[in-house]
Amino acid sequence: MSGVLVVLEFRTQDGLAVWNRISWEALAAGQELAAEIGQPLLAAVAGERPEGPAAEVAQKKLARVYGVAHELLAAYTADGYVASLEQLIGAVRPTYVVMPHTYQVRDFAPRLAARFGETLIADVVGIRMDGGQPVFVRQLLQGKLSGDYLHRGPGPCFVSTQAGAFRPETVEAGACEVETFEPKLEAAMIRSVPGERFRVSEKSVDLTAAPLIVSVGRGIKEKENIPLVEELAQALGAELAASRPICDNGWLPMERQVGSSGQSVSPKVYIAVGISGAIQHLVGMKGSKAVIAINKDENAPIFEVADYGIVGDLFAVVPALTAAVRKAKGM
Amino acid sequence: MKIIVAVKQVPVRDSLIHIDSSGRWLDEGELSFEINEPDAYALEAALLLKEKHGGEVVVLCAGPERATQTMREALAKGADRAIHVEAEDLVRMDTFGVARLLAAAIADEKADLILTGLQSEDLGLGQTGVVMAEVLGIPHATIIMEIELEESGGRIRVKRELEEGWFQTVEMPLPALLTIQSGISKLRYATLMGIKKAKTKEVRRVAAGAMPEATVSLERVYPPQKKKETRMIGGTPTEAAAALADVLQFEVRVI
Ligand SMILES: Cc1cc2nc3c(=O)[nH]c(=O)nc-3n(C[C@H](O)[C@H](O)[C@H](O)COP(=O)(O)OP(=O)(O)OC[C@H]3O[C@@H](n4cnc5c(N)ncnc54)[C@H](O)[C@@H]3O)c2cc1C
Repeated sequence: MSGVLVVLEFRTQDGLAVWNRISWEALAAGQELAAEIGQPLLAAVAGERPEGPAAEVAQKKLARVYGVAHELLAAYTADGYVASLEQLIGAVRPTYVVMPHTYQVRDFAPRLAARFGETLIADVVGIRMDGGQPVFVRQLLQGKLSGDYLHRGPGPCFVSTQAGAFRPETVEAGACEVETFEPKLEAAMIRSVPGERFRVSEKSVDLTAAPLIVSVGRGIKEKENIPLVEELAQALGAELAASRPICDNGWLPMERQVGSSGQSVSPKVYIAVGISGAIQHLVGMKGSKAVIAINKDENAPIFEVADYGIVGDLFAVVPALTAAVRKAKGM
Repeated sequence: MKIIVAVKQVPVRDSLIHIDSSGRWLDEGELSFEINEPDAYALEAALLLKEKHGGEVVVLCAGPERATQTMREALAKGADRAIHVEAEDLVRMDTFGVARLLAAAIADEKADLILTGLQSEDLGLGQTGVVMAEVLGIPHATIIMEIELEESGGRIRVKRELEEGWFQTVEMPLPALLTIQSGISKLRYATLMGIKKAKTKEVRRVAAGAMPEATVSLERVYPPQKKKETRMIGGTPTEAAAALADVLQFEVRVI
């Protein structure tokens, strides 16, 4: 057994390969791990025609890239991916398998790990060496706590990396061989029938270009309290946005949701009101130039990404802030 | 249709947490527990399916004695019976171990559909359901928003969430396992009648068998390290608001 195998994710749209960009972060994590343990860095991409994407990965400094090719991999299915990658891993025998923590990886990787009697160390935010052994750091309780995980099984060890946790620009350029791997798949092995991707709401609100955003979370408690933040947004001339539970409840329209399943924003200032700062929310607003958090819990993870913070009751702070803004603007 | 819903009990959201003396988990003595939020939506989805198509909803929960409270609440909302896998120290097990415990407890149930939340709010590994499907040898799908039973009864069509506001429909034969996303419907409350009835419903206790060594272990928990310097603004709400307005005007210059 040797090697760190990174599985990258792409999908084909109108004949073009579209990368899930967290793939390159997973590659950065794999590179870091391979260097630490002195093992070769390997990569794999799977699809009906993975040649193009495989050639692109081959321009990085790796020992080898596998293009896992089969017509039954044209559309993603958990059964197809688990069976193909199980065969690849069986043939290559890496010590570590590193994947980006995408929705697709969430879908198949736990099952793939279980095939080997292993448990996926999911959503890892850091890797540290301790006595020659890697320690994998994860978030617990939605980011309120960190945890150190060790791998103790016979291997391979399966790891997925959190969006934004590793730096893709650290991946070194190079040139390596591409090897095509043809898994043995039959149509009968694939039990689910996937449909096309679709969107539900037309994007009529574009928050991506907004310079100023006031975003509200579950701390607001009831729909009747939404005007409180609406008034602040109005006074500032800001767009109003929200965390997912607010949109799930129908208190604000879906198209105002920020996060992994909503929009990604990068305003000059993002004011988070009563938002805890779960990773699925943070990935959508981490690009903001300045983050201001108002939360009653001083340990809320949102403060970890905030430039300015007020620990306090939003029902007292927000109206006072609206008044102060109006005063500053001479309104 | 027989539906099993696997639920977990987790610390109440927004609890004040303290690390225990071993440094490996929380001091549970002072915590209150509740149903894991996505699991509550899995239960709701199961009850809705039962209302539409008939059948039975069975709640499955692994945990210590306190877990019976969460099962009673599920029974009060309309689940028909419960299976309690008695296990003290789930944190010391890995997901593969927990999934095998759960799968073993329902091996003879011959369920048509197994539902669970997409991840737990405490450990957040997001894989117990998927690994259960593997152990049971049935197909699965994750991050599910809608479930439709096909007329023939032998297949389901589900709406699966993808990134950035995209979705996908997936079809599969039963039995199958689905992991459910939070917020996909309104949660019901238990009625007084339901609470009364729950007391008479069956809770089958299953002792957890011996589990082999975990392949993955949680060694230490600690407060997250801050990546950013945060300027905390103190004072009364009015003072803090005035200071923040100054920041907005003179530092980040948006007013
Ligand atoms: C696959 C997946 C995709 C997801 N996609 C998204 C997404 O796109 N966007 C998203 O936002 N989430 C998403 N989530 C959900 C995410 O994990 C969190 O559950 C969600 O972001 C929490 O929203 P919140 O911070 O508003 O609520 P909570 O986590 O409940 O936080 C509420 C906060 O309000 C504070 N508070 C309460 N009362 C007051 C008060 N009076 N004054 C001040 N503060 C107060 C509390 O201290 C707490 O920090 C996704 C989850 C999954 C699993």
